Amino acid sequence: MEPGFSVNPLSDLEALLSYPFMVNALEAGTIVAVMAALAGWLMVLRRQSFAGHTLSLMSFPGAALAALVGWPFVSGYYLFCVAGALAIAVGDGGGSRAWGAGGGRAWGAGGSGRRSRAQESAATGAVQAGALALGFVFLSVYGGVLEDLETLLFGSFVGISSGQVLTLLVVAVGVLALLAFIGRPLLMASIDEVVADARGVPVRVLSVVFLLLLGLAVAATAQITGALLVFALLVAPAAAAQQLTARIAIGLALSVAFALAVTWLGLGISYFTNWPLGFTITSLAFVVYLTARMVRR
Amino acid sequence: MLAQEFIRNALLAGSCVALASGAIGYFVVLRGQVFAGDALSHVAFTGALAAAAAGWDLRVGLFLATVAVAIGLASLGGSRGSGAARLDPAEDTTIGVLFSWVLGLGVLFLYLYSTGSAGGEGTVAARTLFGSIFGLSTAEAWAAAVVGIALVLALAVIARPLLFATLDPVVARVRGVPVRGLGLVFLVLLGLDAGEATQAVGALLLLGLLAAPAGAAQRLTANPLLGMGLSMAIALASVWAGVTLSYEIPALPPGSAIVGVAVGCYVLAALLGGRMGEGGAIPSKGVGEQTSASPTNVSPPR
Repeated sequence: MEPGFSVNPLSDLEALLSYPFMVNALEAGTIVAVMAALAGWLMVLRRQSFAGHTLSLMSFPGAALAALVGWPFVSGYYLFCVAGALAIAVGDGGGSRAWGAGGGRAWGAGGSGRRSRAQESAATGAVQAGALALGFVFLSVYGGVLEDLETLLFGSFVGISSGQVLTLLVVAVGVLALLAFIGRPLLMASIDEVVADARGVPVRVLSVVFLLLLGLAVAATAQITGALLVFALLVAPAAAAQQLTARIAIGLALSVAFALAVTWLGLGISYFTNWPLGFTITSLAFVVYLTARMVRR
Repeated sequence: MLAQEFIRNALLAGSCVALASGAIGYFVVLRGQVFAGDALSHVAFTGALAAAAAGWDLRVGLFLATVAVAIGLASLGGSRGSGAARLDPAEDTTIGVLFSWVLGLGVLFLYLYSTGSAGGEGTVAARTLFGSIFGLSTAEAWAAAVVGIALVLALAVIARPLLFATLDPVVARVRGVPVRGLGLVFLVLLGLDAGEATQAVGALLLLGLLAAPAGAAQRLTANPLLGMGLSMAIALASVWAGVTLSYEIPALPPGSAIVGVAVGCYVLAALLGGRMGEGGAIPSKGVGEQTSASPTNVSPPR
């Protein structure tokens, strides 16, 4: 049982792969990394990290509700992530008039853009706080156990079944296909909302669809990795890639490469040191981001 | 209900936390820094676990971690903006990357703590995540009250220049207002408030007290003084109503009740404000007047 570490990387890899749970973990990690890196690249481009983080926390009330009602956890995840995405979309819709007019996300936007953005972030914050408060109520009524909470929030790759890997693959392919389908107009809406709007791109609809897809991706991922790791994998590799290049194809490729490297290395290090995966993966991701920042300087 | 000592402690600490969070939250929302508040509240979790792993008082860890990350955020995020940190396109991402790592550190501390000394792991994690407003001792409640009042006073001292710097950083800078310095001081105050409020409502729910009352207030009025007062009042009412509800309904955790009331107020305010603001939302009109002197503020014609 005690994993031995040697200087020979090949024998280490062999030791790693000799356990089926590690093989499943590596497969799931690979799928998660690719999906998170691509969806995260768009999320970072759209400056929606806060929305992404809020969605990743939806797994907590989702799981608590599922535990209370006696559904499988997965259904609670999907329910809350989709509901959360819609709530965030409605919340930022409150300022939509000023938003369209002022070019809310444009960098040097005038007063109205800044204001609606402030209201939007307040709305997202309220959604997050409300959902978490609900989660605590569910947990309290359920008389829940806290060990579950810890796994929920910080997750682990251990104990993934082959069936889960397959489901994850299906969801990932679906989400990525839909993202590719709306990719061109979405990119345009993300980069210059005002121009896209003027050209007849349905900016609002795309924004809602993107949030929904992000919610789905997060729900699929969070049941395996926990809320923390989803978010780390969404934001850090993409942020590093966007520090290094503004080109779309190269940026996406870099983001995927970083996410894969971080996930595989993190899994390997955790396996040999017993450090928690939440720590190794986030730390590696942070190092990648800092390095990218320094390279750019 | 008031005869119970733990209720009196909860109301004392909770009221002061609410006043501080309501006032600071007003600026958090106005400055578009809700995500920073979110990040700092999660950082509190790491701080508490680090202190637990090292065997210190939890509060030392809470405050050290939140203040350190607040300074880190200010130096990383605001470094290239022209003072208008919230318009910095990279800030959102920087916060995300930094605090996901800090949370990762928290996981490590949790691991070290749980493997180091036997047991107790669940209680520390739970205390930090959920808050324990009913579990405060009298001394702790007084300490929380003192910190809360001090935060309100400190904010009152910088409120005028901070408001100026928030609404129009460019003009404020020209007039000699230290925009970046104020931004840093404000983030530190926010960090202190996060550490403070974590004890009452917990790291995960703190955002509700920061964002919801202030967001509600800004939907209802554009007057800064009135808005700040309203924000503090809503936060205070949320704490009192939440504590009462939770006392009456044992299954309802106090943190959830407090945040639930606050979020309810926000939803109400959004509905009300939305209806009143048919010809342009109320807040946008007022803040527009505040800043209409600025040449950068002219909305581009459609």
